[in-house]
Amino acid sequence: MLRLSASGLGCVRGSRTIFDDINLELSSGEVLALVGPNGSGKSSLLRLVAGLLRESAGRIELGGGAPDQTIGEQAHYLGHLDALKPSLTVAENLAFWVHYLGGNVASLPAALAGLGLGSLAELPAAYLSAGQRRRLSLARLVAVPRPIWLLDEPTSALDAAGQEQLAGLMRQHLSGGGLILAATHGPLGIEARELKLGGTA
Amino acid sequence: MTAFLALLQRDTRLAIRIGGGALMGVLFFLIVVTLVPFAVGPDLAQLRRIGPAILWVGALLASLLTLDRLLAADHEDGSLDLLLMGTTPLELVVLTKAAAHWITSCLPLVIATPLLGLFLNLEPLAIGAVALTLLAGTPALTCIGLIGAALSVALRRGGLLLPLLVLPLTVPVLIFGVAASNAAIAGPTSFGAPFMILCALSLGSLVLGPFAAAAALRHGLE
Amino acid sequence: MALIDLANPTRFLSATARVLPWLAIATAIAFAVGLYLVWSAPDDYQQGATVKIMFIHVPNAWLAMAVWAVMSIASIGTLVWRHPLADVAAKAAVPLGAAFTFLALLTGSLWGRPMWGTYWVWDARLTSVLVLFLMYLGVLALSRTVDDPSRAGRAAAILTLVGAINLPIIKFSVDWWNTLHQPASVFRASGPAIDPSILTPLLVMALAFMLLFVTLHLAAMRNEILRRRVRTMWLMQAHAAS
Repeated sequence: MLRLSASGLGCVRGSRTIFDDINLELSSGEVLALVGPNGSGKSSLLRLVAGLLRESAGRIELGGGAPDQTIGEQAHYLGHLDALKPSLTVAENLAFWVHYLGGNVASLPAALAGLGLGSLAELPAAYLSAGQRRRLSLARLVAVPRPIWLLDEPTSALDAAGQEQLAGLMRQHLSGGGLILAATHGPLGIEARELKLGGTA
Repeated sequence: MTAFLALLQRDTRLAIRIGGGALMGVLFFLIVVTLVPFAVGPDLAQLRRIGPAILWVGALLASLLTLDRLLAADHEDGSLDLLLMGTTPLELVVLTKAAAHWITSCLPLVIATPLLGLFLNLEPLAIGAVALTLLAGTPALTCIGLIGAALSVALRRGGLLLPLLVLPLTVPVLIFGVAASNAAIAGPTSFGAPFMILCALSLGSLVLGPFAAAAALRHGLE
Repeated sequence: MALIDLANPTRFLSATARVLPWLAIATAIAFAVGLYLVWSAPDDYQQGATVKIMFIHVPNAWLAMAVWAVMSIASIGTLVWRHPLADVAAKAAVPLGAAFTFLALLTGSLWGRPMWGTYWVWDARLTSVLVLFLMYLGVLALSRTVDDPSRAGRAAAILTLVGAINLPIIKFSVDWWNTLHQPASVFRASGPAIDPSILTPLLVMALAFMLLFVTLHLAAMRNEILRRRVRTMWLMQAHAAS
């Protein structure tokens, strides 16, 4: 049973205070949606939890996780960028991340097939459409099991069918004991609590 | 496959598939070596005398070519973020990338040295000495370059900045590399002393480079 | 008021505002005394009056290295303790260090012209100073090219520390290289042996230049703090308007 909590979190980038005194709590099987206007710090908050940014104040804690690993090492981060190399094939791209992030390469074909990319495995990633690239990034989340998902606008670039698929994957992740923190402008497709950012100037 | 090997394999594959790969560096090396006789004249005796120096400067410049993409490419497509979220320490990650750079950019230069040595009328002993010193010294060039690449990772105009940062730090490597080559050919001094120092510089930079580069990346991401 | 209070930029500004005029006066006095001593020092029997350029060249060369040491200490403060003033101190020191290095090169060149017949020789001392100058320019370029000031400060700090580690290696290599290529009789840029009548003016001039550095450095730090305040005000203004 995992519990992700943050108290008094502050973020300063450049000389600008992005947000101040943010608290959140999230347990296994729960989704927390970050909403707010542009520039309110949704992406920054995700990157803070991932360990890619340093907080200027406050702390983030994970209860029930692996004691010898950082939060980032137990999380998946799905940002705006896809981390795909155009000159590698779809399978090579995914295989690299599976090996690097400590997953089992045997799960690769199933992950690709599950996201409708099975027939494209030997295609260079340069030929993928935006939606297919997004789905390949999602395949990474499926192929390497990690309990925390940090998603930055996951529904962007996905058509209606893709968003359905994403919702299904999220439900599957949650029922497996995972938790999801997602920044989004629109509906995620599943039931979620909301945390509003960017109240004051 | 471990994370380290997976990263090494990926970076090597990318370097070979993108932009002509190893061949471009070698061609640049060839062009630089070709330019020098145009500048100093075709006197073979003179070329033989400055041959090791020309080869070393050419290799130094050629190894700089691909350095600025070493980390910037991963930064631009979001791979660097994910690399930071693996269980591999960042120092090992950048060292692995440096190793891939060395294999795909510097090693071909070492292999091309005999051919280019012929253009400069160098004797087999000289060619061997230069190739050996390049083999021992190019790891230092890569690791020092790694620091420059990490410092300029997020800059869009980082291209010219990187040589400015890296080249002064490579002066010792150049000095001892050429000195060792010349010592093997003619010199009163022994080959061993400068060569040992060259190896020491490479070993030292194998430590300093990844640590400084990882620190630069961490501080730069905030 | 404890010394640590100076770490607060506001306190720093008010403290230096009081101290700076005195420092400037002390610098002027030191230069006056030093230049008088230089003027009255004996001419070298071999080089004549031109040896007196040494009294400017040598302190500048010393300062070139000393300023890098100051930058290195400030860089450690930036990276390890994230001290707010460390960043400012490092950034303010770089142009000053580069200027002193350039002066060392210039005076070294002018000093050598009558003796060598050319404006430049690749001797060990001048060449090391030249590489040091290039490294100063590298730090300058890096800190100007990175947009965000705190990131620029940290990047410059890392480069400064890497440079500090490399400087002894570079000095050693250049000295070694020079002995390889040195023909037997060559003018040694270190000049004549230090005689007491020359030592005193040299030390006074060194003190004068050091005071000059401290004065200019503190003034530059004040400017940098004020510059950052202006920038913060602009950012706040832009943010409030959106």
